Amino acid sequence: MAKRKTQRLYFVLLGGLAVATGIALVLTAFEDSIVFFYSPSEISRQELSPGQRIRIGGLVETGSVSAAGETVSFTVTDTAETLNVTYRGILPDLFREGQGIVAEGYLLASGVFQASDVLAKHDENYMPPEVADAIKAAGEWRGENSAAKQETAATESIAVP
Amino acid sequence: MNPELGLFALALALPVALVQSIVPLIGAQRRDAALMAVAGPAALAQMLLIGTAFAALTQAFIASDFSVMNVYQNSHTAKPLLYKISGVWGNHEGSLLLWVSILAVFGAAVAAFGDGLPDRLKARALAVQGLIGAGFLSFILFTSNPFLRIDPAPVQGMGLNPLLQDPGLAFHPPMLYLGYVGFSMAFSFAVAALLEGRVDAAWARWVRPWTLAAWSFLTVGIGLGSWWAYYELGWGGWWFWDPVENASFIPWLTGTALLHSAIVVEKREALKSWTILLAIITFSLSLLGTFLVRSGILTSVHAFAADPTRGVFVLVLLAIAVGGSLTLYAIRAPTLEPGGLFAPVSRESGLLINNLFLTTAAATVLLGTLYPLIAEALELGKLSVGAPYFNTVFIPLMVPMVLLMGIGPMMAWKRSDLAGILGRLKGALAAVAIVFAIALAMSGVAIVDIAGAAGIALATWLFSSSFIEWAGRVRLFKGAPTDTWRRVRALPRASHGMTVAHMGMAILIVGVSGSSAWKQENILTMAAGEKVTVAGYEITFNGAELIQGPNYESLQGTFSAKRGGSSIPLTPERRVYDQPVQQTTEAAIHTAFWADLYVVLGDGPTADGRYVVRAYFEPFVPFLWYGILMMGFGGVISLSDRRHRIGAPRRAPAAAEPAEV
Repeated sequence: MAKRKTQRLYFVLLGGLAVATGIALVLTAFEDSIVFFYSPSEISRQELSPGQRIRIGGLVETGSVSAAGETVSFTVTDTAETLNVTYRGILPDLFREGQGIVAEGYLLASGVFQASDVLAKHDENYMPPEVADAIKAAGEWRGENSAAKQETAATESIAVP
Repeated sequence: MNPELGLFALALALPVALVQSIVPLIGAQRRDAALMAVAGPAALAQMLLIGTAFAALTQAFIASDFSVMNVYQNSHTAKPLLYKISGVWGNHEGSLLLWVSILAVFGAAVAAFGDGLPDRLKARALAVQGLIGAGFLSFILFTSNPFLRIDPAPVQGMGLNPLLQDPGLAFHPPMLYLGYVGFSMAFSFAVAALLEGRVDAAWARWVRPWTLAAWSFLTVGIGLGSWWAYYELGWGGWWFWDPVENASFIPWLTGTALLHSAIVVEKREALKSWTILLAIITFSLSLLGTFLVRSGILTSVHAFAADPTRGVFVLVLLAIAVGGSLTLYAIRAPTLEPGGLFAPVSRESGLLINNLFLTTAAATVLLGTLYPLIAEALELGKLSVGAPYFNTVFIPLMVPMVLLMGIGPMMAWKRSDLAGILGRLKGALAAVAIVFAIALAMSGVAIVDIAGAAGIALATWLFSSSFIEWAGRVRLFKGAPTDTWRRVRALPRASHGMTVAHMGMAILIVGVSGSSAWKQENILTMAAGEKVTVAGYEITFNGAELIQGPNYESLQGTFSAKRGGSSIPLTPERRVYDQPVQQTTEAAIHTAFWADLYVVLGDGPTADGRYVVRAYFEPFVPFLWYGILMMGFGGVISLSDRRHRIGAPRRAPAAAEPAEV
């Protein structure tokens, strides 16, 4: 039986080593790869160091989208505050004025947000949860896509596991 | 066939599933053969009933019966037939119906072909299947009825999301579900074995075909999803470490571990309770994946609008399945007969270390995926965990695992000789050195170049050592060709399958490292007649025109790419579908065996006739698809091994009647 105990000890040590490696890797990785989300209102209140990677989100303000060459500029709002965003590249297919989006990037010294990725969704009725919360916090919430929802009553879920 | 018949059949399937779960469980406990015998016919009846429901819904979609709400919401008469059919599972209700249909078919397969299974194990496994079926059937009947009618019936349907009108995505959900549901079989067998208090080599052989089939389907399913994201979204990327992608990848990692630990149970009767635990965890993670996708609580680039109440229902199912099975495990696992001992350097140890890497990797991916939820619950702020996290934790775990993958298959059971194996692998080491040097010479010495070359060298190690192992078994070039051929035929299919799958993984690694290191991207605005150079290809924009498709209008750009001689035509599109009105991007991809040239047409034209154009050079991306296909194919070869025919293995007669526990 002593042999069995040795083997069990060996398993436990191996398992402990795996867990320790995992934790060490996770802690190293977390340090610089967690990206916080801020609404335009929070950004106006908060001191953010320029260059820090963050996510922002809100509704694309109607009439704010303009393009200069391959650079697009638009304004994102949570209905209380707004934030100017610039992006170089091709916006996702579902990017539209009035639509909720989330963008990842950093603040320039000028206060403009330089987006490196713009996330819009596969489904036009989808509202990113952060954006919904940001608008709720700003006090202008009337249920998820209240107008759009009545119109279509549907397309509510499309299965892509 | 009409929708009411479908609904009726579905409603009838629920009590049948309950009978299938309760009666045989009691029968197995009381050793009452008559009660246990209920399981088989009940499983067959369940398949017929759910099959009827599935056929009724499919028929409603094909016939465009818009009086059915689900058809109205997700179909349109102008849609091609393939997408009418794929529309059946292209929505929440239908996809759940597909889920239970697959479950019922698998259950019926065990009932019909599992003659070799001991009666009590078979009865209990089918009973657990019945329980899972009952859970999902009530989910469908109480929250997501696919047969809901609308009156008056609309004349036209609302159409399917155009992003889903795509061959890759038509088959992506069924493949994933075949994987998830296949793991439910391993789960059912695990719970049945715990109830019985007995796990042995025969048990492992019964579980292995299901695990293998599930793993192969899941591999191909994840591959299809990745392929689709690559060509349909127009971002030039194939994996984003997005929550929805991770949801299918985490069960894949633990499922791969299960596949390997079951071998140890089969050959050496060791790691028994660990294997049982893995079977439970893998299916639980499949359920968790379903929950994450269905509830929409995580921000994902692949997110679709979802209904939180349904999420709660899946969460309750998850809690019952995980809580119940883990409690049972905690009570019963200590009573399992302990397995055999083994030496630190042996095949068993190799497989154990493989399991440690895979499960640690699965845990770290799970943590990164769920961390935003944890942080929100703890009020640490809203945050997201991006690709850098996953790359930092995942790659260091995979590199040593792949190094071991080269050695492991050569190790003998019980006790092995490491020096001897490394001696046989001299050729592989030489190949690694040569390939690494060539890759560096062709790319450069920047950090990305070294990383890319190292990835390819790692893949070379795996590929060549897998080949050496296989060649050693068939004595390639060592004996007469007829002798080698005889050995090739005599070698179990499972061995061939392993070699093919491991080589597929090597090719996949080439794709991952090469495309990550050497991708080139260029974004610019172009007017007709202008040129841009990407990776030596001179790409000319010849203009764009409107064309009419069956159910969309498209702005099609015409480009020609030239490198050296012939010119390659490229026609990216920006489509606007009629129903529902939605824009999609169709990237133009030219595959030249080892690399893709990838062009996307963006916004335009501006007042002076310019379009935004994104051009990528994607080296080694095709290797991803070759590798994934090879891995899936390896699984299928292994599945065809005669040991894995359902019910073929029999328990040793001496142990046929275990003591009551």
